[in-house]
Amino acid sequence: MDEPLNLVLFSGTDDKLQAAAILTAGAAALGRPVNVFLQYWALDAFRADRIDADHGLAPEAGTAGRTAVDALRKAGQASWAETLRQAKDIGSVDIQACSLSMDLLGIDETALDPIVDGVEGVTAFHISAGNGQIVFI
Amino acid sequence: MAIAEGTVTVTVDARGLSCPMPIVKTAQAVRSLPSGALIEVLATDPGSVKDFAAWSRSTGNELVSQSVDGPVHRFLIRRK
Repeated sequence: MDEPLNLVLFSGTDDKLQAAAILTAGAAALGRPVNVFLQYWALDAFRADRIDADHGLAPEAGTAGRTAVDALRKAGQASWAETLRQAKDIGSVDIQACSLSMDLLGIDETALDPIVDGVEGVTAFHISAGNGQIVFI
Repeated sequence: MAIAEGTVTVTVDARGLSCPMPIVKTAQAVRSLPSGALIEVLATDPGSVKDFAAWSRSTGNELVSQSVDGPVHRFLIRRK
């Protein structure tokens, strides 16, 4: 279990970010390092002033999916941002913003939530990923 | 100092929390405890049964016992 889990987050909807946060927390609890690389719309969701906003759901969720997600949240499910904070608390979780996506979205590093550890290029991400699998969400 | 068998050092009440929070809360609780401490976890997440077995195997914290009372699963874990 020493190889890191490497997640590339592309989608910026709350359901996909929630799934990614849960995968991250599970790995962190097992002592497995996690590298998270934020691209495109996922990166946009990590802006400090929007991280706790409603980012919608993937189109396949539909109305029934929306209702189910709302019910789980109402029952006390932690948000994806909170789940990631907890994962960072118990394990080794490194969250990096993709520098190209920063340019694309016109985001300055100071605008990102403190949960993001830094900005890097894809080469640095691959080096951190080592021989661990890369999951694209 | 050996901790007596059956003396619960701390209880993690994870009832009502969804996956993976029972494990996350337990991992948080365990790290501040001495080796040999006994942790009681209460959880209603049905996935917690397999999750705690796997977490215990992987981290070396011993799953001493587990039981279920209605919707509530109870795990006793001995800190590595």
